[in-house]
Amino acid sequence: MDGCSSNDLGCPQLLDLISKDREWLVQKGEQRSRGSKSEEKKLELRLGPPGEDYGTKLEREGSILSLGYFSNHKDNTYTFGGFTNTGDMKTAENGWIMKNNGSQNQQFSFTEKFQSNNNAEKKVFSSAAAASANPAVVPNSSQKRTAPAPVVGWPPIRSFRKNLVSSSSSKPVPESPNEVPNKVSSEKTAQSCGKGFFVKINMDGVPIGRKVNLKAYDSYEKLSSAVDELFRGLLAAQRDSSAGGIHHKQEGEKLITGLLDGTGEYTLVYDDNEGDRVLVGDVPWHMFVSTVRRLRVLKTSELSTLCLGIRQEKTRLDAASK
Amino acid sequence: MREDRPPPPPSRGGAYSPPPPDQVLENVLEHVLQFLTFRRDRNAAALVCRSWHRAEALTRSELFIGNCYAVAPRRAMERFRRATAVTIKGKPRFADFNLMPPDWGANFTPWVTSMAQCYRALEKLCLKRMFVTDEDLELLASFPSFRELVLICCDGFGTSGLAVVASKCRKLRVLDLIEDEVTDDEIDWISCFPEGETCLESLIFDCVECPIYFEALERLVARSPSLKKLKLNRYVSIVQLYRLMIRAPQLTHLGTGSFSPSEIVAQGDQEPDYSSAFDACRSLVCLSGFREIVPDYLPAIYPVCANLTSLNFYGEACFLCLQVLDTVRDAGLQAVGATCKDLRELRVFPIDAREDSEAPVSDVGLLAISEGCRKLQSILYFCQRMTNAAVIAMSENCPELVVFRLCIMGRHLPDHVTREPMDEGFGAIVKNCKKLTRLATSGLLTDRAFSYIGQYGKLVRTLSVAFAGDSDTGLKYVLEGCPRLQKLEIRDSPFGDSALRSGLYRYYNMRFLWMSSCRLTRRGCKEIAQQMPHLVVEMINGEEEEVKEDYVDTLYMYRSLDGPRADAPSFVTIL
Repeated sequence: MDGCSSNDLGCPQLLDLISKDREWLVQKGEQRSRGSKSEEKKLELRLGPPGEDYGTKLEREGSILSLGYFSNHKDNTYTFGGFTNTGDMKTAENGWIMKNNGSQNQQFSFTEKFQSNNNAEKKVFSSAAAASANPAVVPNSSQKRTAPAPVVGWPPIRSFRKNLVSSSSSKPVPESPNEVPNKVSSEKTAQSCGKGFFVKINMDGVPIGRKVNLKAYDSYEKLSSAVDELFRGLLAAQRDSSAGGIHHKQEGEKLITGLLDGTGEYTLVYDDNEGDRVLVGDVPWHMFVSTVRRLRVLKTSELSTLCLGIRQEKTRLDAASK
Repeated sequence: MREDRPPPPPSRGGAYSPPPPDQVLENVLEHVLQFLTFRRDRNAAALVCRSWHRAEALTRSELFIGNCYAVAPRRAMERFRRATAVTIKGKPRFADFNLMPPDWGANFTPWVTSMAQCYRALEKLCLKRMFVTDEDLELLASFPSFRELVLICCDGFGTSGLAVVASKCRKLRVLDLIEDEVTDDEIDWISCFPEGETCLESLIFDCVECPIYFEALERLVARSPSLKKLKLNRYVSIVQLYRLMIRAPQLTHLGTGSFSPSEIVAQGDQEPDYSSAFDACRSLVCLSGFREIVPDYLPAIYPVCANLTSLNFYGEACFLCLQVLDTVRDAGLQAVGATCKDLRELRVFPIDAREDSEAPVSDVGLLAISEGCRKLQSILYFCQRMTNAAVIAMSENCPELVVFRLCIMGRHLPDHVTREPMDEGFGAIVKNCKKLTRLATSGLLTDRAFSYIGQYGKLVRTLSVAFAGDSDTGLKYVLEGCPRLQKLEIRDSPFGDSALRSGLYRYYNMRFLWMSSCRLTRRGCKEIAQQMPHLVVEMINGEEEEVKEDYVDTLYMYRSLDGPRADAPSFVTIL
């Protein structure tokens, strides 16, 4: 802390503080590496006695606490304060057990399950006993001080603000579940919600995208007919509105066929997890489901002009259909 | 309650017969009640008698729904038939911090569906923490008089929904997107505004994490002579900002985007004169942005700093700002205290939001602010360490405080100098700041802190508690002591069924109670549900399978006129 410099300032000149900024930026970089080192230290499995300094400069209450981590095990239960989404709890290293040596009652009840599958949604909840004190403990006792095991939702900062921090600086994303990883728009288009796997789907000529639940289908044929149903009406409405007429008739809706084999007016393609655009139907269904991030229904006539397999630059900006 | 007035008596032979006296009274009432704007006044007027209730309902133009599940859309709209401005709030605030699984609810669709029938003349809509789909936006865009859309902390929609709003709402004046999650559908929605002059007055999209087509934005700004508020996202470089400011010197609120050059800056080019651009914006009173700030460009804003009364800012080095990242450090806050004598609101966010990190702001900064900014009304302050003395000083120096939110990021941290709990500091706040309505606590707190809150916090409406207290007594102090309490959110504190029961008679007067990771049992919650039929008691579980623990993960309960909701997901149990 450069609190000592505060007394020198008196009446700060604006420019002085500007030049200090560069120092701050440099220091910040150092801090970060310090911070991440201490973070890494905490992740180590320790066999020695508790009470080490974790490398942070903050004063801690005594040396009563120790940390360790265990590989995820279904029988182990851990405590966290709240829920987490898929992206937050990436690896098993985020599991913590906290022991309070000094306290009489060491039986904190941890109430959580870990799922070893990274893709599955990890829902985490906590029990009251973990962080809060046992009523028998004297309030001022340092036993209340828990080591900084990451807790979901604490500090209470919206992911929007966290993202701007991590995007404006180039440090690596820390492993704390507290931090939401950098948002990548392709990740947002695929949401896994336990029983459903929703993927955004857009169709050429239709400004409003839709979402399909891929878990509801088990084959490309079913997906294709679902897409047809989804967009048939919309497409007809688009045609009507662009033709200037208002038809509310069902016969105006044409079936959308030939999505998979190139014979129809439209073809189904998808963006995969590597950013490539691929024709739907080439790989086995389960492989498709595991790599798909977003679906698109494109005009077959325009397919040859696209470079399938090369990710379109995100900075390419179309003036969209108006 | 009848909405319709009794029909007028039939006139005889064309002669004018005066309306009956009670109808005259109602006409007069309606005329008079139109002048009532404050919600609280209107609610009071509606309780006088039946005809006042009716007249008030017909004259209320702004409808505020504090909890979207407290009333069914149809019921609200049938009572207030002539509302043209609607505000709806959905999820509780702790949902912002991942304390609630996704898909919990707060869907806007049922509301917009009812509005399509009852509120075709809708003009203004403000939604907070609601789930809004592109289809909802599309429906909204079809309302002929619709002109103001404000979405705060919402999600569920993308740029395709924005495109429809932009293109179809011909009278759109306000499009404010504040801290929403907007999906990138790769549609250039800015281009979707119709050609020709627009009536845009406010365009806020700093949260939209999608690139935009700058030329379209520039043309839009050029043809929007009424534009006063413009907040850009980080895809707008400082060079582009300059071009926009040149076109819109009438701006009063500016969000500067990245405030750094994009990569493609040719070396030999002359840099624009940013300083004069800022200087030309004579009316600027609110400055924010600086998302990727390069400090070299900061001097450009000096001309406007003197005029600024309100600054919001994410950035690394600006120090005259209300909303800063803590890289300004205590020294920077001292500068703020020294220069911003009229500061009303300050928010200091951490650049490194972990509990154990080195935070550059502390009690020193807080003290400096309190000594310099005596008119402070609202403060949100993240820090790693704090002292009671600094907090007490703030309570004494800033008696105008209405909102005091202190987040000491390390859980259970005591005063770092005296090692005592932070009870006395927070106690002083509630005692000395007599106008305080919102309080958020942190640090090591015992039940004593809550006794202070219960004793002195007579105006407190919103209270946030985390990792605090010793026993049920703490919560009892609050529930029994704070008569105006509306919103209470608690996490990870040792409060149990007995405390919950003690507030039984309060819950109908509160908007909601949130308690997560406390010591409530299912049985305790069920008791409440049984005794309070108009309370919706939701138990929200982390796992979809049955909860194996004794304690309830999350209790979220709220009053409702229409009983439990029908759209609860599987992980929610309504008792």
